[in-house]
Amino acid sequence: MIRFENVTKKLSRKTVLDHIDFEVGAGETFVIVGLSGAGKSVTLKHMSRLMRPDSGSIFVDGEDIVSMNRSDLQRVREKFGVLFQGAALLQWMTVRENVALPLREHTKLSDAEIMKRVDEKLDLLHLEDAGEKFPSDISGGMQKRVGLARAIILNPQIVLYDEPTSGLDPVTSRRIDEVMVDMRERLGITSVVVTHDLHSALAIGSRIMMLHEGRIVENAPPAEFIKSKNATVQSFLESQYITKKGKWEELIYGQV
Amino acid sequence: MCYPVRSAERTGARIIQLLHNIGHAMIMLMEAVWFSRLAFGPRSRRETMTQMYVTGIKSLPVITVVALFIGMILALQTGLELQRYGQEKYIGSAVAVVMIREMGPFMSALIIAASVGSAIAAQIGTMVVSEEVAALEVMSINPNRFLVMPRLVALVIMMPLLAVYTNILGILGGAVVGTTQLDVSFRAYMDNALDIAHNKDLYVGLLKAFIFGIIIATVACHQGFMTTEGAVGVGRSTRRSVVVSFLVILVIGYMITRLFYI
Repeated sequence: MIRFENVTKKLSRKTVLDHIDFEVGAGETFVIVGLSGAGKSVTLKHMSRLMRPDSGSIFVDGEDIVSMNRSDLQRVREKFGVLFQGAALLQWMTVRENVALPLREHTKLSDAEIMKRVDEKLDLLHLEDAGEKFPSDISGGMQKRVGLARAIILNPQIVLYDEPTSGLDPVTSRRIDEVMVDMRERLGITSVVVTHDLHSALAIGSRIMMLHEGRIVENAPPAEFIKSKNATVQSFLESQYITKKGKWEELIYGQV
Repeated sequence: MCYPVRSAERTGARIIQLLHNIGHAMIMLMEAVWFSRLAFGPRSRRETMTQMYVTGIKSLPVITVVALFIGMILALQTGLELQRYGQEKYIGSAVAVVMIREMGPFMSALIIAASVGSAIAAQIGTMVVSEEVAALEVMSINPNRFLVMPRLVALVIMMPLLAVYTNILGILGGAVVGTTQLDVSFRAYMDNALDIAHNKDLYVGLLKAFIFGIIIATVACHQGFMTTEGAVGVGRSTRRSVVVSFLVILVIGYMITRLFYI
């Protein structure tokens, strides 16, 4: 569904992505982990062409998006929903208006139909009472869920999550994890998740890729990922108290 | 690398960056002009009206005060000189010509660049650093239509109206000084003011205000979109928006005056 071929990107003369190749299959929950500055968010931004690579190709459903014109890019972007790290809600709009925005811009639905769909998504994410509030009046966790509701309002095929659980308490983080797993199981949505949180990665991922200094050091299903012999991966696992003999395997949905 | 070469390299890089920025601003402006046919359509009407309200109505208090005092200062300065020659009855003409040709559009543009333009740059800059603009792009919502176009339309509609308002209040401010301190009757002041002002002066003034509106919207939105580096970057964009708008307004204002009066 998404394929990176030999992608390289430099920012301020620093190589952020160094000839990386990988593929995300349809229906997968593909998790990208790594230390800060490893190139995770940059990789995610390339998928929706918010950034262009210096060299290499990026394919979405077989179409190279790197040199695509604006109208074709718009068509491809309609396949995506994106949850940004800070939710990126428009501050002057209410929660309901934020979630309704893609419907107002891209469909000719009546106001009543738009509100019905918005309320469905708000219910799905337990935001029934937040509709008339402004983003500044709700918590960070709620803002993330509103961002997610907006990302999925047009029923996209692919959802990109940039640090969906960063800055959230553990309970809210697990709730967001559950929503992501639920969407994959119920709607068959392909997800790409960027996170530092390995607990979350192991719980929701069907495959985990680790980036380090712009290179891929591991790309494997969770059960194999925690047994990786790569020293960087081992160090990353241990930093979050995850060992090969821990109980973490029990958390990996459907992998063990 | 020796100093002259490094210096030439830096200068060259700055010129390329400047040309790149001008090109970006022009493309943004052209797209916003293209989308302006949708300004009062169902999707943009509310935002356009909001921006017109912010630009026009919310700016009235400060414009009122500035216009009145500009008119009063003009009347006082010219009136005292004219009084030496016993020609103080002509202060109406002096105030009207200066206000309608130059000070009306110029002062209203400076006020709007400092208040509305800076607010636009800060808002769009904040949206850039908090990824709201990126979110719009991913949602296939063109930021030039969604953000730039309503602000551009609001400014090009409201600026000429504000310039006329500034002219009227400036002339009235001059009348206050003329009647209370220079012993010129209100009727004589107004007769002189209206006699001297030609239609051409009004049209050129309105043209200036219209073009200043385009300049403020373009500079403010462009500086907002160029924002990097968080809160510090937002502050920098806001400051640059005001400084660049002032400079461009001065230069373009001079060029328009030269074009129509020489």
